[in-house]
Amino acid sequence: MPPPESTSAVEEALDPLPRPADLLLRKIWHLRLGVLGAFLIAGLVFIAVFVPYVSPHDPYEQNITARLLPPSWMEGGRPEYLLGTDHVGRDLFSRLLYGSRISLTVGLAAVLVQVVIGIALGLWAGYYGGAADSAVSFMVNVMMGFPFILLAMSLVVVLGPSLQNIILALGLTGWPVFTRVTRMETLRLREQEFVLAARSLALGVPRILLGHILPNLLPSLLVLVTFEVARAIIRESLLSFLGLGIQPPTPSWGTMLAEGRDYMLFEWRLAALPGLAIFLSAMGINLLGDAVRDLTDPHMRKS
Amino acid sequence: MTGAAPRPGLAPRGENLLAVEGLKMHFPIRKGLFGKTGGYVYAVDGVSFEIQAGETLGLVGESGCGKTTVGRCLLRLYEPTAGRILFDGVDITRLPERRLLRFRSQAQMIFQDPYSSLNPRLRVRDIIGEALRVHRLCDGDWRERVRELMLEVGLPPDLMARYPHEFSGGQRQRIGIARALAMSPRLIVADEPVSALDVSIQAQVINLLEKLKRRYSPSCLVIAHDLAVVEHISDRIAVMYLGKLVEVASDTALIGRPAHPYTQALLRAVPQARPGAKKRRRSLLTGDVPSPIRPPPGCRFHPRCPAAVPRCRTEEPLLAEVEPGHWAACFRPGGA
Repeated sequence: MPPPESTSAVEEALDPLPRPADLLLRKIWHLRLGVLGAFLIAGLVFIAVFVPYVSPHDPYEQNITARLLPPSWMEGGRPEYLLGTDHVGRDLFSRLLYGSRISLTVGLAAVLVQVVIGIALGLWAGYYGGAADSAVSFMVNVMMGFPFILLAMSLVVVLGPSLQNIILALGLTGWPVFTRVTRMETLRLREQEFVLAARSLALGVPRILLGHILPNLLPSLLVLVTFEVARAIIRESLLSFLGLGIQPPTPSWGTMLAEGRDYMLFEWRLAALPGLAIFLSAMGINLLGDAVRDLTDPHMRKS
Repeated sequence: MTGAAPRPGLAPRGENLLAVEGLKMHFPIRKGLFGKTGGYVYAVDGVSFEIQAGETLGLVGESGCGKTTVGRCLLRLYEPTAGRILFDGVDITRLPERRLLRFRSQAQMIFQDPYSSLNPRLRVRDIIGEALRVHRLCDGDWRERVRELMLEVGLPPDLMARYPHEFSGGQRQRIGIARALAMSPRLIVADEPVSALDVSIQAQVINLLEKLKRRYSPSCLVIAHDLAVVEHISDRIAVMYLGKLVEVASDTALIGRPAHPYTQALLRAVPQARPGAKKRRRSLLTGDVPSPIRPPPGCRFHPRCPAAVPRCRTEEPLLAEVEPGHWAACFRPGGA
């Protein structure tokens, strides 16, 4: 008969394993950040859609008698200008709200361009291999080696700065990420027996690529999409800040940041608040993307 | 000499559905920075055989001998390096892609791995019925046909809206069989149809294949590494070693009077459960299969062959008839 110490020794040995309660807490902690991100994004989308009803002022309306007013709760502030006004007397709060439309439009549309180009090239290169693969891989490497900002700037300079052209410039420079992921996964999947089976059923190549291979890529692509939307928003702000993006007076956060820079020393909110808006949107999307990745990763799902 | 391929014999009855002549599949090995071809894997190196309408040919050999490659070439999932594959008299290796449709609907494959052979993102009814729908192969509702096919292979049709991961290995293999049957094929290539399954499930799936054969009488090529599986369902058996056929014969002749030393060794490896059966030599093969990148000269089996003579090292034996309908590629058939 074993001495009673041994059972407690066994219990002790088992103890380091995380208890179910801890695992649950860990999961909730993961989810909490994702929920925070989801709330931020939901707020962003809500504002972007309903901004004409939410915004207290016309974002273009200038009031020369009310330039550079401080926020309403500070001395000299006026109640109708919640966050004060900018250098030509426009309501900062309304402009921030309208900026969400630009950011969201550019972010989603640029990623759409990236997705279409990137996935098409990735599927093609991965499925056919050989010369197609070499050509696409070479293009991806060249694009990856080129400084993004130089390429995007030259494109905007050639095309002219407008909303469509910024979307195009971001889309045309950002697709290689999608090509890389799609190509690698396609390369792996095309040797799977279910793809051979689809071929022996005489299904056409488009049907095999879109109906059999692409659905298996969706989880990883979905995660990539969220991160890329955040990146496109930041890049739009960057281009606008450099004066090559959305042109004033259109309220883009990047443009507002650039305008606010001149007054930074005495009215720092003019630059800081658009920056904060960019930061919150990008972070919200990234947190959401993290949560999506954790939820679709089978290893995470188990723990 | 590999040019003039010998043609293993046929029983006089019946028509050939499939004739394979001098099939070769060499996979290039790419090396270095610029993808120079640094040699070939001689996976299949001059294989010829015929399958009659309604006949089942078993193809056995160790893993890596090229038997799966043969099967995939037959469906033109690979483009063969050389040789002809005549299906109903038409050389399918030369068919342009757009004319493959008619052929593809007549030849189907059952895959080895019931997991990777079913797309995890498709519902069972789409896995089985997609080809029916796309090619408009049935007059009525394609779902009705899927229901019939599921019943045919012993699956409850109510499960047609489920995804593959909800099924067991044996059930998944049945789904794969139903998918092949949907095209009403005249040739079925079954690539190790049961080797990934539990032994108890293996028997069920083999019985299902036999039932379907009786019902539809397609020609079959059954690929296996296990003679016991093949012996059960084949009319004739072909033995493959390192990219070449070494013996082709009817199942009774091959099991009863194996002529090639490799076949004899394979048979010795099958556990015997027959009391009173003639005691067989206990010695099993030693050594590994040589690399198909650098196959040995002469007879490919000579480094492991217990009966090898000096001639085997330099000259390659061709398939020759040792008795009517029984072909072996050996200089000393039966003489181990």
